[in-house]
Amino acid sequence: MFKPGKHLVLGNIACAEGALRAGCRLFAGYPITPANEITEYMSSELPKVGGYFLQMEDEIASIAACIGASWAGAKAMTATSGPGFSLMQENLSYAHMTETPLVIVDVQRSGPSTGQSTDASQQDFYQARYGAHGDYEIIALSPWSAQEMFDLAVRAFNLAEQYRTPVYFLPDGMIGHIKEELVIPEKVEVFNRKVPSGSTATPFGTDDPSLVPEMPKFGQGYRLQVTGSSHRPTGVRDYTPKVHDEKVRRIMKKIAQAEPILRDVAKVDLDDAKVAVISFGASARPSYGAIKKLREEGIKAGLLRLKTLWPLPEEEFTELANKVDAILVVEMNAGKLVREVQRAACGQTKIASLTRIGGVTPTQNDIAQELRRIVQ
Amino acid sequence: MKNLGQLKADYIVQNLTAFCPGCGNGMILNCFVRAVDDLGWNVNDMLCVSGIGCSSWIPSPHFRGDTLHTTHGRALAFATGAKVFNPSLKTVVFTGDGDGSGIGGNHLIHAARRNIGLTCILVNNFNYAMTGGQIAPSTLHDAKTSTSPYGNPEQPFDIAKLVAAAGATYVAKWTTNHVLELTRSMKEAMQNPGFSFIEVLSQCPTQQRNILGLRAPAQELPSRLLDMLAESTYQVDKQEKSYVYAVLSDEPEIALKAVTKTLGDSGKARLVDHLTLGRVARVDAADIEAAKTKIAIPEVKRVVDNREGKQEIGVFVRKQRTEYTDALREIGRRARGEQ
Repeated sequence: MFKPGKHLVLGNIACAEGALRAGCRLFAGYPITPANEITEYMSSELPKVGGYFLQMEDEIASIAACIGASWAGAKAMTATSGPGFSLMQENLSYAHMTETPLVIVDVQRSGPSTGQSTDASQQDFYQARYGAHGDYEIIALSPWSAQEMFDLAVRAFNLAEQYRTPVYFLPDGMIGHIKEELVIPEKVEVFNRKVPSGSTATPFGTDDPSLVPEMPKFGQGYRLQVTGSSHRPTGVRDYTPKVHDEKVRRIMKKIAQAEPILRDVAKVDLDDAKVAVISFGASARPSYGAIKKLREEGIKAGLLRLKTLWPLPEEEFTELANKVDAILVVEMNAGKLVREVQRAACGQTKIASLTRIGGVTPTQNDIAQELRRIVQ
Repeated sequence: MKNLGQLKADYIVQNLTAFCPGCGNGMILNCFVRAVDDLGWNVNDMLCVSGIGCSSWIPSPHFRGDTLHTTHGRALAFATGAKVFNPSLKTVVFTGDGDGSGIGGNHLIHAARRNIGLTCILVNNFNYAMTGGQIAPSTLHDAKTSTSPYGNPEQPFDIAKLVAAAGATYVAKWTTNHVLELTRSMKEAMQNPGFSFIEVLSQCPTQQRNILGLRAPAQELPSRLLDMLAESTYQVDKQEKSYVYAVLSDEPEIALKAVTKTLGDSGKARLVDHLTLGRVARVDAADIEAAKTKIAIPEVKRVVDNREGKQEIGVFVRKQRTEYTDALREIGRRARGEQ
């Protein structure tokens, strides 16, 4: 591990550093580009701090091992990219149903299928949210720099522990492979899951307004029944409509009601803006340059950058739509976030979409030109 | 030794079971809790992991210890994470032929390869029973299932041999007709430091009635199937009486009478169910060659050696090599420069 202070590092390494400092002590993974640096770094560093690195037979086993380890008390993580992320979906659904804290890093690459394999994209925006079967809500974070690869990796673990849920960490391949300055603080704030204090536990139910139950672990005499089948607060299987409804609505509500706390956006020059860009990850970087360029030209442009992708900051979208003359959504896919912005904006303003696929971001000039066009 | 009532009170969560009448899973659960009790294990130190399918319900919701009821085929991968992070968890995985050797086949061979210190009990009932009796990787060639109405075009795995070849350090195979052997075997498996595997051939009155073509009243099926499992397996080192099977012509009951008559005092014949031969006459005789000559009658289609078409049971592998969680701890010491 690096010492606190300034370092020049790869985004993926910054992510692994953040995970280790947040308390990650088990990593299970399978080789895939562009996530390999995380996996390799974990194999080198985890054993030094008393943790475990497991190279599994596939991504299905990787996420399964993380879930098993989490119930044994570990803060666990896996890292992958699109194809591996697809393979994980069934067990992610299981992790939601069993309210298992863990972090899944999906360093997004360009698909469908093998696609450009090593090149970046932001195409898993919806797969993260809706990829697995069943009703559930997710927390997904999107970094735009090596620094945020570190900071948001720490936050991902803290949120996983706090809300007892899998947290999706969604850098794009460009941010995974960017090499830039990282400042590692002397101390990071770490949150640990609530555990039962008594000899009995209700691992899947709570009276707490957070709706997050305490989480016992294996081997402590709680005689846990952990199952992906619908279950009562005790864990006992029960397929009746009422039990299923209460369970699933609670795990959805515990995330949805926390949206104002989970919300994490960066606002640049929005106070007096007439036109705004909404973006995230690598495509937010040229967006930033573009709005600054427009400001120099006398056009009041601003940027809303999402650091928490899910739950979506819908109020921010609505507020912005009521304020500016036009919004440009910039992303590295064929147009996904733009649908959500359109929905939240309810026709209050002009919404335009600028997308690039093929492993590249729109350039600063592309974005500036599009902003000039829509602002007229 | 505790009686069943005491065992149930100590180890079983609930009275109601989801298993069909006559299912083998209850017997396997009995053997398991007997093994746990004999070993004197504290259930608080134990973790039972299972996947999806009938056999996965053996520990969950029945076993009164920590249980992790996971996704289809993935129990061993979940168990690997838990066992690595807390090696003191005495971990037992329950799976089935479809769960363990079909969808989860990859995890099975890799768990064996790693030699992770847990026990895997695979219940083989030759089909996907919970979903309605479809072809499994264990279904016999030509068997009629709900997805092979004209006969199974596939050939089955020899699951125990597969796991042995993948590197497990304890491998055994029994049937639900071998409860004492199975219980002993479970105890040995659970004490093995590495990856232990036990395949248990089990009766499934609900689905095997059709798959194995057994025509019998429902209440007779479980015992017929248990007898069939005994009849269809052998142990290499066990001395057996001299006998052969006679595959009979159309009406077995009538054909049996002819066989009995021609044998006279030189041997005895009775109808038995055989996994691959079907309903056949078992002919026991002191002078088996003489008996074979005698039963060369029109009612006998062919005479079959007593081990033909049978499955070998017993303990196949007992060996030691580095266990996975030990190896991981060694890696940790190396990384920290502690040696």
